[in-house]
Amino acid sequence: MPPPEDVRSILATDCGSTTTKAILIEKRGDEYRLVVRGEAPTTVEAPFEDVTRGVLNAVREVEELAGRKILDGDRILSPERNGEGVDLYVSTSSAGGGLQMMVSGLVLQMTGESAQRAALGAGAIVMDVIALNDGRRTHEKIRRLRSLRPDMILLSGGTDGGDVKRVAEIAEMLVAADPKARLGAGYELPVIYAGNRDAAAIVSERLAQRTALTIVDNLRPTLDRENLGPARDAIHELFMEHVMAHAPGYKKLMTWTPVPIMPTPGAVGLIIEAVARQDQLAVVGVDIGGATTDVFSVFGGVFNRTVSANLGMSYSISNVMAEAGIENILRWVPFEVDEATLRNRIKNKMIRPTTVPQTLEDLVIEQAIAREALRLAFEQHRTLAVGLKGVQTERTISDIMHQTASGSSLVDLATLDLLIGSGGVLSHAPRRVQAALMMIDAFLPEGLTELAVDSIFMAPQLGVLSTVHEPAATQVFHRDCLIRLGSVLAPTGPGKAGQPCVTVEVSAPGSPTADRRVPFGELALLPLPAEGRAHLVAAPERGFDVGAGKGRPLEAEIRGGVCGLIVDARGRHPFTLPTETSERIAKLRGWNRALGMYAREV
Amino acid sequence: MAHAYTPGLRITDHARIRRERRLPLKGTVLSAVGERVAAEQVVARCDLPGNVQTLNLAARLALDPARVPPALLLPIGTAVRKDQPIASARALFGLVRNTITAPTDGTIESVSNVSGQLIFREPPIPVEVTAYVEGVVQEVLPKEGVIVETEAAFLQGIFGIGGETWGEIAAAVERPGDDLTESRLRPEHRGKIVVGGAHVSFSALMRARELGIAGVVVGGFDDQDLRQLLGRDLGVAITGSEELGITLVLTEGFGRIRMSDRAWSLLARFAGRAASMSGATQIRAGVMRPEILIPHAESGAGSGTAADGGLEIGSLLRVIREPHFGRIGRVTELPSELQALESEARVRVLVVEFTAGGERAVVPRANVERIAD
Repeated sequence: MPPPEDVRSILATDCGSTTTKAILIEKRGDEYRLVVRGEAPTTVEAPFEDVTRGVLNAVREVEELAGRKILDGDRILSPERNGEGVDLYVSTSSAGGGLQMMVSGLVLQMTGESAQRAALGAGAIVMDVIALNDGRRTHEKIRRLRSLRPDMILLSGGTDGGDVKRVAEIAEMLVAADPKARLGAGYELPVIYAGNRDAAAIVSERLAQRTALTIVDNLRPTLDRENLGPARDAIHELFMEHVMAHAPGYKKLMTWTPVPIMPTPGAVGLIIEAVARQDQLAVVGVDIGGATTDVFSVFGGVFNRTVSANLGMSYSISNVMAEAGIENILRWVPFEVDEATLRNRIKNKMIRPTTVPQTLEDLVIEQAIAREALRLAFEQHRTLAVGLKGVQTERTISDIMHQTASGSSLVDLATLDLLIGSGGVLSHAPRRVQAALMMIDAFLPEGLTELAVDSIFMAPQLGVLSTVHEPAATQVFHRDCLIRLGSVLAPTGPGKAGQPCVTVEVSAPGSPTADRRVPFGELALLPLPAEGRAHLVAAPERGFDVGAGKGRPLEAEIRGGVCGLIVDARGRHPFTLPTETSERIAKLRGWNRALGMYAREV
Repeated sequence: MAHAYTPGLRITDHARIRRERRLPLKGTVLSAVGERVAAEQVVARCDLPGNVQTLNLAARLALDPARVPPALLLPIGTAVRKDQPIASARALFGLVRNTITAPTDGTIESVSNVSGQLIFREPPIPVEVTAYVEGVVQEVLPKEGVIVETEAAFLQGIFGIGGETWGEIAAAVERPGDDLTESRLRPEHRGKIVVGGAHVSFSALMRARELGIAGVVVGGFDDQDLRQLLGRDLGVAITGSEELGITLVLTEGFGRIRMSDRAWSLLARFAGRAASMSGATQIRAGVMRPEILIPHAESGAGSGTAADGGLEIGSLLRVIREPHFGRIGRVTELPSELQALESEARVRVLVVEFTAGGERAVVPRANVERIAD
């Protein structure tokens, strides 16, 4: 690989479960910019059973669009010579269902949760968490271990110097279950042990002969410290060695790139973390796909990722209905729909997942389902993105006044700076303001929060690129990947419909100053410049808080965006919708009109 | 995307089909290459390891875990009967002898000197794999199963529930647009695969089960009825292991949808023939659709007409989403530029002229499936 400063062109691919996406990045002057993007169906299934076919097809589309030769037959030309080929090629993959893991710990809420965070952070789907206190009897756990066929198992348990006997019990349970790997009947299941170092010898004795065992540093060496790095690194390494190597065509793909292939969500996490670190921001990112929804957050410098394996807009759409309940979907629909018809429509989308909404009503229904999928995924994220449990904390007087018990969620919507949405239903919403309101309705941000969407979902490629060339990755992320939508200002506090809530004034160079009084229960949209910055003054009424304290005005420099500033005075804690159908429909229609959501009233 | 696939389910009156019949674990293969097998014939057999029980001997014998292994009365690996003593130790300064007996028939699998736990395995669970479809064993997978090959009419459904079954094909309605109602089901349908038309209701399906009908093939079924049938909302479309006492295959989707002429005519043509059917559906990477296989030796005139490939002017297609869901027509235009839909989404579209009525409509290319002429 050439030194980063010599890299002039980069090709990056992401092999998704249905589509392989390729992007071409070039250095223009001092900065890296996206040139073109191509895509093609992923080819891990019969009749092709070779992921590189899809990669080559996607790269050929890039060649055609960019008018530049990159391939020599079935080979990527590298390094770049006379304007042909590229200096660097990187790739991510979630094809074949991504990385599926089981994790285990002694106590569900302590090492069990830490192990889960390590696996999720590495980009895995966690199929189950086995712990001694998970409420199941031993034989039930053994049956579960046997029936699921994970790609690998992460075994943790105990702090260093702590209980050895219990760790041995978990290892023995694994021996009794003798679980098989998902891919390749003939190879041993990879197991990572990241628990009490004093139990490593016993674990090795029990498991080394039966599994491909790797022992790394304890992921919870003491109760008040998590050390997830070594376990995450081992997961990535084994993902390459075992899982990818058994997926069709990956052995060949691995020889094309000098950079290890990463699981797609792991790569997205890296770029979100890089952005949060660079700008010192609290960030939430969400990627809503067809089968799964990933949520990433960085609060107080702590990164968390969760994946909701069965919440999505095509393969998993029916499960959104099953989990949210049909009434929660219907509450976002501004017209009457017969339940039986809606149920059949949702199931028909599940069995024909590649279809798209043609009518406006169909689009509105899909966006209602997306709100619930996002809401449920975010709820799951909040329950896992928590401080360490089981820790005795010393509390000062100010802590007691503002209590943050150990184990409470790290996700604090009042301090959230930037909310980024990605995935078809958000990135390809016909009007950008639709994506903005879907995210607002699902996440209910408080105070002032900036909103953005990933224009064409290239965060995975940029994530893996950030491991070898962070400047190129973050430059393209900010300039070509993110579409700044604007901001949302949401006062918190109780109120009655129609009572004065907040007065907002926005001024930007070269534009007339816009101001608006927004009563409680309403939404309003104020224009912002698409680029550059604007000055915001928000004066809440007594009892309402926009981030500076109850009744206290907030002044801030905010970034421009294609939608503008959305003032959401519909209330928080709780946010409610009218229960009476005609009243609810009238409210939803009023809000849609206020933001210019659709071409006509639905 | 320059490369695009048009979804299309396979319906053909003659194809050479192979089905892998594999055991969950290694076992014994009972058939040889070249052997002619019947659908219900067992071709391989194995024993799944029995369920595991753990006995905390350290606690129950009041022993330090390190002293548990010597307390065993029988060596590791011994098969024991229920209530047979397996471990014993003296307690209360040697005054009392505690004895642990086997909780059920099984085998002593292991004992730990660290945790003091004994792993006890219940008797193995026998598993048999049938040929599923009448045909010839083409290949033996040593200790794992066989590959059966057959020449058959083949129909893929869009969604199904229930496992593998067999029976004679019997049409219970006259036209593909008819509903399969309770009154159309008769005692002579027992053990058969009954073909309905556009729809079957929950009550009619229950009646079919009562009559001992092996399977039902129809155009559509309501999700509300599916919920009632399963006792829950089906979240993820992975089916086939339900034990419902009947297998259901939908050829078109959810709701009342006329069975396609092609599916209908194929099933009607083979009425009275023995068929194999599976409801197993998995709509994920590695898509698995439910199927009906009707083995027969005649070479078909219009064989192998899978409706794959790209769309061209004149291609026959069916719309698979509202507002024209279920309608059939021919492609009249394939504009290359993206076009805005009513939803304002800009996508690749085509213009279709509907067979019934002759009117034209613009439809996203993603919302059609090509069907064979």
